[in-house]
Amino acid sequence: MIGLLVGAPLLGAAVLLCGGRRLDRAGHWLACLLSGASFVIGVLFFLDMLGRSGDDRSLHSHLWSWVPVEGFQADVAFQLDQLSMTFVLLITGVGTLIHIYSVGYMEHDPRRRRFFGYLNLFLAAMLLLVLADNYLLLYVGWEGVGLASYLLIGFWQDKPSAAAAAKKAFLVNRVGDAGLAIAIFLMFTTFGSFAFAPVLSSATDASEGKLTAVGLMLLLAACGKSAQVPLQSWLGDAMEGPTPVSALIHAATMVTAGVYLITRSGAIFNAAPDAQTVVVVVGAVTLLFGAIVGCAKDDIKKALAGSTMSQIGYMILAAGLGPIGYAFAIMHLVTHGFFKAGLFLGAGSVMHGMNDEVNMRHYGGLRKHMPVTFVTFGLGYLAIIGFPGLSGFFSKDQIIEAAFAKGGTQGWILGAVTLLGAAITAYYMTRVMAMTFFGEKRWKPDAEGNEPHPHESPRSMTIPMVVLAFGSVFAGGLFKFNESFVNWLEPVTQFEHGHSPLSATAVTSATVVALVIGVGAAWLQYGRRTVPSVAPRGSLLTRAARRDLLQDDFNHIVLVNGGTYLTRSLVYADNKVVDGAVNGTAATFGGLSGRLRRLQNGFARSYAVSMFGGAAVLIAATLLMRAV
Amino acid sequence: MSPINYVYLAALLFTIGASGVLVRRNAIVVFMSIELMLNAANLTLVAFSRMHGNLDGQVMAFFVMVVAAAEVVVGLAIIVMLYRSRHSASVDDASLMKL
Repeated sequence: MIGLLVGAPLLGAAVLLCGGRRLDRAGHWLACLLSGASFVIGVLFFLDMLGRSGDDRSLHSHLWSWVPVEGFQADVAFQLDQLSMTFVLLITGVGTLIHIYSVGYMEHDPRRRRFFGYLNLFLAAMLLLVLADNYLLLYVGWEGVGLASYLLIGFWQDKPSAAAAAKKAFLVNRVGDAGLAIAIFLMFTTFGSFAFAPVLSSATDASEGKLTAVGLMLLLAACGKSAQVPLQSWLGDAMEGPTPVSALIHAATMVTAGVYLITRSGAIFNAAPDAQTVVVVVGAVTLLFGAIVGCAKDDIKKALAGSTMSQIGYMILAAGLGPIGYAFAIMHLVTHGFFKAGLFLGAGSVMHGMNDEVNMRHYGGLRKHMPVTFVTFGLGYLAIIGFPGLSGFFSKDQIIEAAFAKGGTQGWILGAVTLLGAAITAYYMTRVMAMTFFGEKRWKPDAEGNEPHPHESPRSMTIPMVVLAFGSVFAGGLFKFNESFVNWLEPVTQFEHGHSPLSATAVTSATVVALVIGVGAAWLQYGRRTVPSVAPRGSLLTRAARRDLLQDDFNHIVLVNGGTYLTRSLVYADNKVVDGAVNGTAATFGGLSGRLRRLQNGFARSYAVSMFGGAAVLIAATLLMRAV
Repeated sequence: MSPINYVYLAALLFTIGASGVLVRRNAIVVFMSIELMLNAANLTLVAFSRMHGNLDGQVMAFFVMVVAAAEVVVGLAIIVMLYRSRHSASVDDASLMKL
């Protein structure tokens, strides 16, 4: 029965991708239907789960033995517990809304059927990832997500930039995948198994060094999928894909996989404090990195991409805090799923109305022309900056509090970083909001000279946005009410109350102050003053941030050039040293035999000389030996 | 006369024979030089036999003569065949067995 959750979208992908042109007219509705069916099944499981007590909620379903070999047992088996359930509802719920939105968004695309096939494949892979009961099956889903993201980012493959972005995403993800593979190998050698239950329950038996190694490899995997420093470079370029894909990647699937992996492997990280520290550092660095990049981008989607990176940084940071943070990481993940999907769909709606213009400097004053988009985007905006009472406020506030509760100097540093991040978030989101919806019109005709006529998007696009806006507003409060979300996850992820050196009120006030500073600064800069429609030169930091803080330059210089030099020197060494030794030996013996061959001249006399010479030497030697 | 002089003579004869084998090209002369070397060896055998006062060396010399006679038969036959096939008795003309 759990298999149906994965099976429905997988069936959709198979039918749509193999079905051919006859499905062009209705195929997208089939995809929406199957994705919706998966959601309905998920809800049914959820209600069923609510009827049971906390520790009794985990369901298990063994489908078949995949590799039944003695000493190596790989099963296709699913595990549906509270953590997986949360993800299933997020993936299928937000995923279905994005499916419906895409019906309108991709209306004029000749390859729409294929697009929906890929979307279904994406959902199926992601569901497999969160439902697997062992790391090997999780790895299958993990790779499936990588494949689907490659296909979707490069969906408009006739654009060279899209094709390149897809390749980049795939390659960067491979680095993370290698980490996950190594982590699984290590688990198998340490625990003799890679199913969650035996590995996680016996995690404390292994030596700390091994656990740290496993933890760091898992973190590398998470960095790849979740676009954390140092494997963050693919996320910005991934905006080349159609906007619903960005929404899907950033809200419901893909980037959340890393957070899931770390939370799921919590038992390993709890027993390896060094690995945890690295996780926290990666989260903190990425949180600032993404936020700074988000401040400088003029492309609306890239600004949102920077924001995603930063928000995932919050989640990774929270997950690195251990049992005081796991529940908040997942909570932020869910609320982020709502508002980030809403923001991306809103951005898509704006682009839809503006002839696919993405430069925010050519927007301005859109609030009158696109009221629904404005309101839903605005609610998403308030949610992400953590406006008191909305989703983001509750989840982010909890993370900041947990960061302080880490204790000691570390706690203070992390708390300060998260607060700074909150202020920058408020800054760049206000900037996006002000440049897009407020101020005067700075519209420019597109490449073919068509003046933009902004208009509200069709129903199929606005309804998902409205639903997501509701989620952005109320989800946080609902989760926070009675600590229901924390209690819900507690049997899986454990939970400890952190002891913050600051009172909850003090943290909340600090968060609100940070928020006000950020919003105020952005409003002074972009709201009250006119925004130039050509980007000013900007300070050194701005220019660096526009280039994604030189991530690509760094990768190019260190990895591409370094790799080129390495391979060149290896080829040189192979040609000169290895081949040189082999060829040199051959040449030496060849030359030597050429010389020796001349002795065989066929003249009986010369053979006789050698015989006499030999005999003389033998006799001389014999006599010499006698004498001595 | 001391028998050691026979040994010196034999050494001289052997050396002449050896140089004949090495420097001459005519197969017949080479062949005769080989005979000379064999007879030098015979002479030493007989001389040592005399010096040691037993007959072992002389018996050995008879064996050598028999072998030499057989060798002459085979060797001359080869030389005759060589001459017939290439109208020359030069050993350097028969230098085909090389790379």
